[in-house]
Amino acid sequence: MVEAADVSFLRQAAEWATTGAHWRGPAGIPHRVEEHMVMSLLAVVTALVLALPVGLVLGHLRRGGVLAVNISNVGRAVPSFAILVIGAQLFGIGAKPAFAALVALAIPPVMTNTYVGMTSVDPDIVEAGRGMGMTAGQMLLRVELPVAFPLIMAGVRTSAVNVVATASLAALVAWGGLGRYIVDGLAQQNKPMLFVGAVLVALLSVLTELGLALLQRAFTSPGLRGEASKVDLAPVAGAATAPTA
Amino acid sequence: MLEPAWTAVLGANGPRSWIWWDWVRRHLGVVGHATRQHLEMTAIAVGLGLLIAFPIALLAWRWRRLRGPAFAITGGLYTIPSLALFALLIPFTGLSTTTVEIGLVSYTLLILVRNILIGLDAVPDEVREAARGMGFSPARQLVRVELPLAVPAIVAGIRVATVTTVGLVTIAALLGQGGLGTLIYDGLERDFRTPLVIGTVLSVALAAGADLGLLGIQWLVTPWSRRRT
Repeated sequence: MVEAADVSFLRQAAEWATTGAHWRGPAGIPHRVEEHMVMSLLAVVTALVLALPVGLVLGHLRRGGVLAVNISNVGRAVPSFAILVIGAQLFGIGAKPAFAALVALAIPPVMTNTYVGMTSVDPDIVEAGRGMGMTAGQMLLRVELPVAFPLIMAGVRTSAVNVVATASLAALVAWGGLGRYIVDGLAQQNKPMLFVGAVLVALLSVLTELGLALLQRAFTSPGLRGEASKVDLAPVAGAATAPTA
Repeated sequence: MLEPAWTAVLGANGPRSWIWWDWVRRHLGVVGHATRQHLEMTAIAVGLGLLIAFPIALLAWRWRRLRGPAFAITGGLYTIPSLALFALLIPFTGLSTTTVEIGLVSYTLLILVRNILIGLDAVPDEVREAARGMGFSPARQLVRVELPLAVPAIVAGIRVATVTTVGLVTIAALLGQGGLGTLIYDGLERDFRTPLVIGTVLSVALAAGADLGLLGIQWLVTPWSRRRT
């Protein structure tokens, strides 16, 4: 399978990655990584600010399930490439359409999983909380949110990994980020650059997923930890798919 | 320049509008060809995905210890962005359908393996016992009892995998491999909205159509579950 040509290619790629010039300036690796991370983070945080309250309220009231669940089915059916190009038609090229498209992409999984997480809270627990004299606010913060947390985080992970992935397509609408290496590598037939860009994007995605998984584990209520695997498997048949590693 | 999308619905029709029906009429052949390529790439990816996912899932079902590695590998593949996966393969398999299909198949595996396992796990122990009591061999029990009962979960997985793949196939255009992504890419390159809209709408329609079609197939092959719903 592995031929001599492949080995020499890998050497070329390693050479590209270790060339000092590729580590300096606005087109250098550190700057591209930073762009990619900042853009992804901004998009995910914006989506959280927009989607979390809606999902929490709808889930708490157990209303609007059709909307909350179907938004992520629709979201999955619309190609992110198309969202990006439509963004470019609406907002011009550069960072603006990239940001808009990434936020649009990140909203559905967060909203759906928050809703599903909230509705999956056992009514008996809610009843018990109410019996203990908890106010609606205390109930949300101290009962419903902790129980729904693993599913909400599964949505955040799906969104974040999607955003990091799609941010690499944003080079097509003339934005920066690590996708530049891939898109320019394709256009200029520069395979070492293409390959190194791909490795960096893949690494960033895997690290995002692992980092958020650790965050999830750290903040999951101890009483729920044993159920984590069950929760991860649960949403598959429905709307929310979370990449589980 | 920024006309809202609804003007298209209301009938705006020209080279600068969201849709220009004259262009569509003149390019029906191109659109049809792209749609056919899109369907083909999706069908091959999901078909191959099933062929690979089934043995993995059955092994992981039979030997529980294999579940960890199975999910780690398929989950890892699922986490790598499609564009990056294609780009990683290009130096070795070139700008080819092979590259596209390897990438697409990789994405279906996690969803398919997981749902096959969920389906098999959900078979009630009593049912298993009954089959054993009737003298079914393990293989016959799997084929005649357990897999049929797992069909709803498996079809749910195939639906998710198909809808996801239909969306991802649009990226194949960046590798010059055709599909509806070529229309979207054309829209981007020439700053021309009509192919962009047609490519997007058809891609969503294909995803929705495939989803409904698979649901119909599930209805046909699981007659026993109809009465309950």
